[in-house]
This record gives sequence, C-alpha cells and structure tokens, in this order.
Amino acid sequence: MKQLVCCALLLSGLSTMGQTVPAQKDSAKFQELTEVIVISRQASRNKNNNLLSTLDQYLSSHEQVDLIKRGAYAWEPMLNGLSSERSVITIDGMRIYGACTDKMDPVSSYVETTNLSRADVKNGQSGNAHGASIGGSLDLVRKKSGFGANQFATHIFSGFESNNRQRILGSDISYSRNRWYTDFDFTFRKAENYRDGKNQEILYSQFSKFNLSAAAGYKLNEHQQVEASVIYDDARDIGYPALPMDVSSAKAVIASIGYTRHHLSNTWQGWETKIYHNKVTHVMDDTKRPVVPIRMDMPGWSTTTGMYSRIDGKSSRHQFKLTASAHHNRSLAEMTMYPNDPNEKEMFMLTWPDVHTWYAGLFMEDNFQLHRQWTLNSSAGVAFQQHQLKDESGVKSLQIFYPDMQSVKNRLLKNFGSNLQYHPGNWRFSFGASYSERAPSVSEGYGFYLFNSFDRFDYIGNPGLKNEQSFSLNGTVAFATDRFSLKWQGSWFQIRNYIVGMPSPGLIPMTIGAAGIKIYEQVPFSTVYSTSLNASYGIVSGLSVSGKAIYRRGFTNEQLDLPMMQPFSYGVRLQYTSNAFSAEASLDGAVKQSKYSPLFGETAAPAYSIASLGAGYQFKWKKNSFQVRSGVENLFNRYYTTFSDWNRIPRMGRNLFLNLIIGFSEPSKAGL
Amino acid sequence: MKSLFIWGLLSLTLLFTACSKNDDKPAPADELEGLTLVKTISNATHVIDLYTGTGKFETGYNSIYLQIKTTSGSLVDNATSSWMPVMKMMNMSHSCPFSAIEKKQGAQYTYQGFIVFQMPGNDMEYWELTLNYTVNGQAYTIKERIQVTDPIRRKVQSVMGSDNKRYVLAMMEPSSPKVAVNDMSVLLYTMTNMMQFDPVDNYTIQIDPRMPGMGNHGSPNNVHLTQGSDKIYRGKLSLTMTGYWKINLQLLNANGTAVKGEPVAGDNESSSLFFEVEF
Repeated sequence: MKQLVCCALLLSGLSTMGQTVPAQKDSAKFQELTEVIVISRQASRNKNNNLLSTLDQYLSSHEQVDLIKRGAYAWEPMLNGLSSERSVITIDGMRIYGACTDKMDPVSSYVETTNLSRADVKNGQSGNAHGASIGGSLDLVRKKSGFGANQFATHIFSGFESNNRQRILGSDISYSRNRWYTDFDFTFRKAENYRDGKNQEILYSQFSKFNLSAAAGYKLNEHQQVEASVIYDDARDIGYPALPMDVSSAKAVIASIGYTRHHLSNTWQGWETKIYHNKVTHVMDDTKRPVVPIRMDMPGWSTTTGMYSRIDGKSSRHQFKLTASAHHNRSLAEMTMYPNDPNEKEMFMLTWPDVHTWYAGLFMEDNFQLHRQWTLNSSAGVAFQQHQLKDESGVKSLQIFYPDMQSVKNRLLKNFGSNLQYHPGNWRFSFGASYSERAPSVSEGYGFYLFNSFDRFDYIGNPGLKNEQSFSLNGTVAFATDRFSLKWQGSWFQIRNYIVGMPSPGLIPMTIGAAGIKIYEQVPFSTVYSTSLNASYGIVSGLSVSGKAIYRRGFTNEQLDLPMMQPFSYGVRLQYTSNAFSAEASLDGAVKQSKYSPLFGETAAPAYSIASLGAGYQFKWKKNSFQVRSGVENLFNRYYTTFSDWNRIPRMGRNLFLNLIIGFSEPSKAGL
Repeated sequence: MKSLFIWGLLSLTLLFTACSKNDDKPAPADELEGLTLVKTISNATHVIDLYTGTGKFETGYNSIYLQIKTTSGSLVDNATSSWMPVMKMMNMSHSCPFSAIEKKQGAQYTYQGFIVFQMPGNDMEYWELTLNYTVNGQAYTIKERIQVTDPIRRKVQSVMGSDNKRYVLAMMEPSSPKVAVNDMSVLLYTMTNMMQFDPVDNYTIQIDPRMPGMGNHGSPNNVHLTQGSDKIYRGKLSLTMTGYWKINLQLLNANGTAVKGEPVAGDNESSSLFFEVEF
C-alpha cells in the first residue's frame, strides 16, 4: 500500500512538471530528463482546456512537440522541429509503424485519450530506449487503474463541438482489487467538415473514429504481476483536405502481455518484460473526390511484433536502468490506378515493397549523484537493424533505379550522451551533449513514387543511404519558487548525412501534375536549433498567469532553410481555479514566418493570434461526480494558417465546445 | 505388412524399368512443352503440325515450331526444310521477314524458325505459307492458307523511312514483361524487294517507354537497342508499374541520323514509330 502511495505521489509529481513547474527534487532522477504531457479528464491536472479534445490537441500543448496538420485528424507529431522519421513514438514502450506511405497515420492516431494517462517526451539521444532516434521519443503511457482498494469506478462522457459538429461519446469502467484489476473503455467520435475563419467549409475534413480498449492485471504475489492490454482502433471516412486523397478506413489492433517483478534484490529494484504485437491496415483512396485526373487506391499494411525487457536498480549514489528491446516490422503498401480508358489494364506498383525491419537494441542509463547539488545522467546504447525486401518484384522495381541494390541491408546504430545538472536552491541548471544515429525510414530507403502534395514531387527511396548522425547539445535553466517559475530550454542538433529529397531533373514524375522526381539523398549536414521559454506566476490564490515562447530554425550546410520550422510563437494564459469552479482565457499566436523552404513548396506562414475562453464546474452528488466544461476556441473567428499546416490549409474558425463527464465510484466489499 | 512392403518394392521396380525403356525414345510431347498447336497442314505423303506459344499466328514476331509426320503417323527426324510466307492481296503479293528452319535445340523431331507477319489477314487478303522440305533426298511441298490475327497491342511496325527505304521492326522480347528492367530485343529488316527482306546492320533503335493513361510519364535507365553478332537488336526496357505502356521508338541509321520516329517532347506525346506492351 505504501508503494502505491509513493507511486501516486510520483505520478502527481510528474504531472506538475508538465505544468511548467520544474521537477521536484525528490522525484525519480531518471524522470528529470523527461517532459510529461498529462492526458486526463481532470481539468486541474492538464494544460488542455477542452478535456474531450483529440490526443493531437493534448500533444500540441507541449513546447517540444509540433504537429503537422493535413486536416482535422491524425496530426503528425514532430519533436524538436525534426521530422517524424527522426523520432520514435511508442505506446507503453511498444513500437508501431504507421501503414501509410504519406504519413497520414502517425502512431498517435491509433489511440484515444481514454487509453492513456500521459505522454512522456524525451529529447534527443535520451529517447533511444525503444528505437534509434535522434530527435527524441514520445511514449504514450497507457492508463491503468492498478491494484489497490476494492473499487468500482465508471465514467460516462459526452462532448460536442460546434464548428465541425463533432460528437463525442464514451465510457470507461474500472474494477480493482488487491490482487487484480480490469479496465475497459470506449470512445466514439464523429465530425463533419469544419469551417475556417471566413466561414468557408473545408471540404473533406470529416472523420469518425471508434476506439475500444481493455486492460487487466493480476498480482501473482507481493512482488510479481502480469498485465495484458489490447487496443482496437477503427477510424473511417477520414478526409484530408490538404491532400488529394482520403482514407476510407484506418484500423489498428495493439496487444501486449507484460510481466513485472519488484525488489529482486537490494540493488535490482524492478524488472519488466513485455511482448507485443500490432497490426495496422490503412486504406487510402479517392472515391469521395468528384474530379481526379485518375482514380487510385493506395492501401498499406504494417505488422509489428516485439518485446522489451527493462531492469532498474540502484546503489548508494547510482540509479541505473537497462533496456533490451527487439522488434520485427513488415511494411507493405501498393498503388493501383484505374485508367480512364476502360480497355487498358489497371496500373499497379508496390510503393513499399514488403520491407521487413529487424531491430535489436540495448540501452543503458545511469544517474550518478556526484554531490548534493550535482547530478550526472549518462546513457549509451547500441542497436542492430536489418532491412530486408521480401518481395522479388519489389526488389526488381527498385533495381530499375539501383541496378546493384541488394535486398538486405544491415546497420549498426550507436548512441551515447551525458547530462550534467546543478541545482542550487531554487535554481536548476542542466547541460547535455550527445551523439546518436538513425537508419533511413522505410520510405526514405525503399519508397517508390510517393507523391508529396506539398512540393508536388514524386519521391523515390534510396537504399544506399548511410546512417544519419546527430551531434546535439541541450541546456535548461529553471528557477522556481512557490509562486513564480521560469524555465528556459534550448537544444541544438547538427545532423551529419542529413537525409532530404533532392530534385532529379532527368527523371519524369509519375503522378499527373507532379513537378518532378526527388530522390532521397544526403547533404553533408544540417543544423536545427530550438529554444523555448516558460514562465508562470501565481497572482493571488487560485489565479495564475503563464506564458510561453518558442522559436526553431533549421538549415542545411548550404544555408538552405529546412521546411516546417516554427517561427517565433507565443502563448499567454490566465487561469483561475477554485474548488469547484475553474476558468481560463488564453491567447496564442505567431509572427510571420521569415525562414521557410521554397524548395519544399513552402510559402511564409502569416502572423496570427487567436484567443480562447473556457470555464468548468464540477460537483459531487452522492456517489456521483459531475463535471461540465465549456469554452470557445478561436473566439474572434480569425482566419489563419500556421507553419505546420500542410499546403497552408486554413485552420478551424470559431468553435464552441461542451464537455460533460459523469463519474460513479463505489468501494466494493468482497476482496480476492 | 512385410509382404505389402515387398509388393510395393516390386511394383516400384517395374515402374522404374518401364520408365527407363521409354527413355531411349523420348515422347514428342516433351519437345512441345509450353507450345500449342496452331494448324495442321498436309499433302498426300505427310502431315505437318505447326505450333506457337500462344496457339495462334499473330501480327509481329512469331516463333514457330513444327513436326513432320508421315501419313502413317511416324515422326520424321531427318528433313531439311524452308518456308515462304506470302501475303495475297487483291492486286499484289508480298512476303515478310522470316528465318531459316532449323532443328529445335535438344529436340529430335521438332523444327523451329520465326516469321514476322507485318499485317493480319482477312477474307479477301490472306497469308499463304509454302513449306518446302526434303526427306531422304526426295523433295516435297505443302502450300496452305493460314490465319494471322492482330494482337491487342502492337508488336510490329512496317514503315517507310525518310531515306525511302521500307523497314520492318518486330519486338521479340519482352514477351512476358515485368515491373523491372526487362531485356528488350527487336528484329530490324528492310524490304529489298516484295519477296525479299534483309536484316539491317549497325542501326540504333532508341526507346522511350511512356504510360499515356497516367500523364504520359516515362521510366529511367532504359538502354537503347544496338545490334549483336546474331543480328538481333538488344537493349534494356524499364517498366515501373503494370498496365499499358507505349514504347516510343526512333530508328537511327549507321550515321546516327533518324530515319523514322520523333522524340517525345513538348506537345508531341508519341512517336509515329512505337510498340505497345500491356501486362
């Protein structure tokens, strides 16, 4: 029981971190390098005003995360301004590969907020525990009620958003005992097209999503437990207004079984092992578009099976963790085009030619308490990765471009880094340096005629690419008192052998209307830096003001600007909380983008600022709790688009939202 | 149980000996594997079966196999033969490019050659095949009308060059194209007179494969066709997807001057000289 209380304390400690309060000194040191995004339906616990919003909206509240938007659904997270190939997104440590060749299904699109308790962001090399990454990792942590007092709890929630008439309905049920627990939840969302700030309907921005999840745990004895979890996610009729195609169906089944053992010895504190399997089916087509140059279907499939085993321990001044992980992924995608002349046969090609990825890695972390105020975090890892093309005709088709290409490619990926922290009094200083490598993604290595609607080029993968190598520096300066907190963060990456699509003028594009062909090549290096400032101040009890500012910049060694870089952006938030009532007003905006990539088809994103309001009230009645929240996003109905909007599609205009959450809980008598 | 085993062994032995007896006279069917009978022609003494891979004669390059049988049904393995295909038109006749007839490699009874029909036949105008052969010093002949049809996609083109020579180009390979770099081979003949077609040496056949159904896009790393020692023009054809491909051609003479065909560029979506592939 004592552990549970500790656990709960730790969790609440983590959640406050996400709220711009610096890490508490007594929380686990490993976590100090982890930024946490709280995903909760408790208004007091997270930064998100609209509690029933999509996961994407929760993620976008964090300074390190940018989200590329191709519509209202399945936004693509980028960490530290680096594109999504450069970071790893996991669900409870499980690797999942999207099945869409056009990045329309990031891993985060296959879960719901009800499945999760938080998202852990690790920056740069420190995010290498579950896969080779240079930008960092985003681990979406499953929610589980855990073992404990006999309790039955359930919530029913419903929401409505006026702009796209999004209807949200869901429920969760949890049942916990001393020896076992079960969790079950479902969420259903359905949204129509949204309207921008000029009240224009954005066609093909609708979506619907059904998500079901179940988890159960059983305690074998005081120190050992097994847990199983499954998520089923089924999204249909998803429009992508920024793209020429939509998705009629995106489905995922994500399952795992885990075993945890605590207190193996005085040194070894915990050992967790998990095996998992997931399958993603993504059906991209253009059946809803009335006018297309040619009809096409582009389905994709991705199956991943893997495991990880993690052991952590401590000695007098060290805390350490060792993670061994392995997985296998199979990615297959194809394209069928239906000629306008009915006498001609269908055109077919493999766009991901049955690419099998084998990965096995080892990652070690150590936290060394040098002195009362000095801590040194170090980590290092090594991984073996193999790409194998199993489809003979796929190999043959890539050999059109690369006659000497082999169907198997092995890579060794290394990383190491250190972070020194000094915390005198209310201050915290941290400085880190690291090195990490990543392998090219499936598309970068083996993609075949993948059309990018932003720069309007067909992309061809390059199986001969070398590993990307990243040298990175990062620093944090934080100051916190009870009423005031300030945090500056900066990161700098120099990425050698930076992978980028380069025009190949001699080649003829396949896609009708495409400007040309780009082949993934490597420039000697690119530099990306990112900086953010957060501050908060408690004016009087319950009333606080907070602000943030972010800027990122990226350019190649030839001073060519990299695309999708956040211009100077800011946010100010005034929040009032009493026991039952909470309200907030916020202003978010950005200045006009001055550094952008015309080579990528980018135009300068204009300046904007939008205001939002929200208020909520919660109360208890007998065994029930009620929570009502309502608010307005984009209060003044501004017409705007941002640096991360694909093809600069306009964002949603004024949107009223209403959340209603009813909870019921009861301690149950009988125990197991 | 034991006796069953012995019986089994015995019958296997029998089967084996039966098989090995057959081995010194290979069944003609083995020599015809993958081939389909197109037509049987005959005279008073012999019956000749004509085979192709598709079971028909088509406009374009036809690899033709034949077997000569006596009327009593025994296969002839010592014939020397030649053929002469003639197109009987309303007011004229002409022949087409064709090869000599040789024994199929490794075969005892099957003979092989090719004919490039440059046009199909119909009720009024038709192809007539004359087969002259000698068995044991005695000469025979068979002359019969054959049916030649157009395939769905063009594999041959007979054109007048800018040098006022008539050329016939026929695509041999790829006969079963794949999404890959395909080996491509073409026969190039010029019409010396109505009844005589001769191979053309030292030309270059430039290729530019395109998909008219998909924005007329092309493919990379094609290799133009040049002549090998066997007179056949060979090159590499890249096909990046299945479907209908138009292989635009330009015929360059030994000096590198184009005698037929135009480059696909600007508003010009197709050459006047082309083959078609669909798979």
